[in-house]
Amino acid sequence: MRELQRYLHELIDRVIYLQDIKGEGWQGCAYLLEDLERLKERFYQVSEKECQHLLESYETRLKILEDRAARELTPYEIVKITRNPQRFTLLDILENVYDSYTELGGEGDINVDPAIVCARAMISRRVGDKVYLHQVIVIGHEKGHGEEFRNGGSAKPWGNEKALRYMRVAETEGIPIHFYIFTPGAYPIEDYPGAAQQIARNLYFMSKLRVPTVAFISEGGSGGAEAIGLADIRLMASRGYYSVISPEGAAAIEGKIKEGERPPRELIEFCARQLKITAEDNLRLGTIDRIVPEPPLGARRNDYQFFKRLRYEMIRATDEVVLRTKSLKAFRSYALRRKKEEENPPEEFDIHVRWDLSEVEVEKLLDLRSKKYRQMTRHILGLNKCSFKGYVEKTQDVGLRIYHDLRYGILKQGQKMFQRVMEELSGEGVAFLKQLTEPLKTAYDLLASKPRKPRARVVGLEEALVDLPELYVSPLALEDRTVTCPNAEVHGCLDIWVPDLYGEFCGVCPNCGYHFPLEYQWYLNNIFDAKSVKEFNAEIASGNPLGFEGYDKKLALAQKKTGRNSAIITFQARIGGISLIVAMLIADFRQGTVGVAEGEKFIQACDRARITKRPFLAFVHTTGGIRIHEGTLGVVQMPRCTMAVREYIDAGGLYIVVYDNNSYAGPVASFLGCSPYQFAIRSTRIGFAGPRVIRETTGEDIPPDYHSAENALRRGHIQGIWNRRELRKKLYEALLTMGGKNLYYK
Amino acid sequence: MALDNRKINLLLQKFRANPYRIFVVVTPHTGYLREFLVKEGDEVRGPAGKWLEKPGSPLFVLERERNPKVIRAKAGGLVSKINQELLGRFVEAFEPVLEIKHTLTQKEIIAELLRETLHIVTAPEKARYFLSPELAKKIEKEGEGRVLVKPGEELAIMSFMKRETPILHEGPPMVVFRVFFSRGQMVEQGGPLLGLCLEEERPYVEKLISRVKEEWPA
Repeated sequence: MRELQRYLHELIDRVIYLQDIKGEGWQGCAYLLEDLERLKERFYQVSEKECQHLLESYETRLKILEDRAARELTPYEIVKITRNPQRFTLLDILENVYDSYTELGGEGDINVDPAIVCARAMISRRVGDKVYLHQVIVIGHEKGHGEEFRNGGSAKPWGNEKALRYMRVAETEGIPIHFYIFTPGAYPIEDYPGAAQQIARNLYFMSKLRVPTVAFISEGGSGGAEAIGLADIRLMASRGYYSVISPEGAAAIEGKIKEGERPPRELIEFCARQLKITAEDNLRLGTIDRIVPEPPLGARRNDYQFFKRLRYEMIRATDEVVLRTKSLKAFRSYALRRKKEEENPPEEFDIHVRWDLSEVEVEKLLDLRSKKYRQMTRHILGLNKCSFKGYVEKTQDVGLRIYHDLRYGILKQGQKMFQRVMEELSGEGVAFLKQLTEPLKTAYDLLASKPRKPRARVVGLEEALVDLPELYVSPLALEDRTVTCPNAEVHGCLDIWVPDLYGEFCGVCPNCGYHFPLEYQWYLNNIFDAKSVKEFNAEIASGNPLGFEGYDKKLALAQKKTGRNSAIITFQARIGGISLIVAMLIADFRQGTVGVAEGEKFIQACDRARITKRPFLAFVHTTGGIRIHEGTLGVVQMPRCTMAVREYIDAGGLYIVVYDNNSYAGPVASFLGCSPYQFAIRSTRIGFAGPRVIRETTGEDIPPDYHSAENALRRGHIQGIWNRRELRKKLYEALLTMGGKNLYYK
Repeated sequence: MALDNRKINLLLQKFRANPYRIFVVVTPHTGYLREFLVKEGDEVRGPAGKWLEKPGSPLFVLERERNPKVIRAKAGGLVSKINQELLGRFVEAFEPVLEIKHTLTQKEIIAELLRETLHIVTAPEKARYFLSPELAKKIEKEGEGRVLVKPGEELAIMSFMKRETPILHEGPPMVVFRVFFSRGQMVEQGGPLLGLCLEEERPYVEKLISRVKEEWPA
């Protein structure tokens, strides 16, 4: 009888699960549940035989419903599967996939951040009659089965910092890392160091993490997922989702839904469909490498077959990453690629692969990782196609590289070395002569009536910056009227006459220093030396790679309005004669959001700065984050661009980020936020999520100055706040005083 | 005048007769009054939110140098006495435009009454303030309104940049009726620290507050 009772409860759970996914009124689910509940009530009044018979008939009905549900699953229903409390979580994986594990950095609710679990784990493989144990560090989000303190797997900044700490441990010990992504998104708070800043730090570190890494995505919520998602191989659960924004969030934006109101179900379904969030979609788009099959309605915490499969996939993926770095790998790689095993994973492995790497292999691993992310999404722009133009460009690149390596590499290095030797020699000579001449000088000073003039001069200081011949004046200044400063009530600012404000004052309130927004052309004309701006890659255009309905029109409108093809302008320019490469995100084009084209242009600009040994400036006129209409194709620009930035900085460059107006979300949490030199123009707002998202996620209101540049400076996100009128001078000073040793002018 | 039943009645009578505060909204500067955004009898609200970040209701548009400025309510209440004659005309600065009849809340009435009936000790400087340890101990033991302080006794300690200055009680012996700051709180210069009253007045003050609470529900 106990068996039957368990059977009954299991059926009830399955019906409830089905209802959660498809909705209560779906295909008679409610009637089936009613029948089961009725049987539960009179369980002891029914004979065992009858009960068995009834339960079997109910299960047959349920199976038919489940099969139908699995055939008709919509993307939003997959989201519901992923969020279901019955779904497996990281702790279930640690229990069932790994042989043993020790949780690090906290346990349960006694934790730095219970939403992130780090563990030192052992995973075994059987080859013939031998069992091999591998050590790994497991890092992932823990949603908890209804545990409130887990925050649904939304990692706070210090949770992501914990993840970073254990990545360092893995690197020190040279053991692979398995990442498990189960997050609806990062917890959007700006407490030290700030959600965006910590994600950027993680990405920056992971881009050159010197151990093999494999990521498994079940619920990949945008930036939160990327915080532990830059891996050598990315697997995804077949019933998981990986998206730039939750379907509800996208629906709220698309439908312009007011705060506190719920978007209609149809709109959420529409957005989930358009965003291409399923595993199949992501595999097709190339943002993941492989799908781990789950049962048709998703794996639950007691699906042991699935855990067996996952164990096989994680070992196989790690093997693959390791073998790619080896020179002797042909047969073992073949063994891993066998199709037969993909469909039906064996109990035993044919081969054993050691997961530790030599120094040379580590270098190859990093090189392969770099190539993998650099290649990602390039096919969307058609840049992978072999064409005559492509070959010409490649040849030009090689030529440029050879020229700059010769001009500023070999020759400059030789010159520098000679200079250094001469300095050493002259230093020694001066020290020697000083011993001899010092008594004579002292005697001279005593006898002479006039003291000797000191001949001190600063070594290495460049000439002062020359002012621009004429100041560009914003067309906003052409109105004959006054405007009120937003701080008028607090600071008592008087109304400002517009021609003065946008002309002489450069959009700065003369009383309180509030910076009124200005168009990007103002910066183009007033920061860089006259006629020095030379744009490149202007032809790379934003598109609609997901075929998001209604987006083509919006895009065409933005192109028409700005006369540009994307939200980023990349160009070479000069400040005080110092040549630099600039990437400028502009507000006028889709609020400076970043998609495939923007990411690619940024990477190419970064690479050009690296090859030509130029400083690299990212000027953020405004960025609203990753462009939601490009889905995960936009999200992967975060690791891609961060990879390029890391390689540029490691090569000894100078990467400066200057924020203006509003800068939020993905770009700030990756390739902008990872810069060691970030500055903001006064009155800028910088953060991870806007006030509405914070209120809706945390349930708490935020002060009006939460995202102010002052607060960003206070928590160490930026290194200084600049006045717009001094921007040219400040940048010039930064170019002279900051950066690595591989700049052409140093 | 010492506090007694008669004075209590008088004070309450004053608020009963006129439980409002009238805010006269004036033009902040010269300009043309282009449009009224409210009608007489409309209810408006003042700035709201934890940080007063939500602005008050819009009242009228004042335009100067083609800069139309929406003037908003600084307090909530009913709009009255709109000076319709000003509409479309050039107005000088500080010209009364309308009035907002703000109904006093229980909290505001109590604050007003305490201001009138208590002897308020104010902060001499912007600094952190602590109750004197003896007084704090006594208040903890006996409660507010029960502790008597004599002239020359230490009331509070003003702490600023590690410099501590005692604040002594001056005047006749009084009871500490209210403490307006928490331990170590930064108080602006002139801000209220303590509310004192004569011992014989204490029951009347308590009575006054309880009657306000009865008559003006929160």
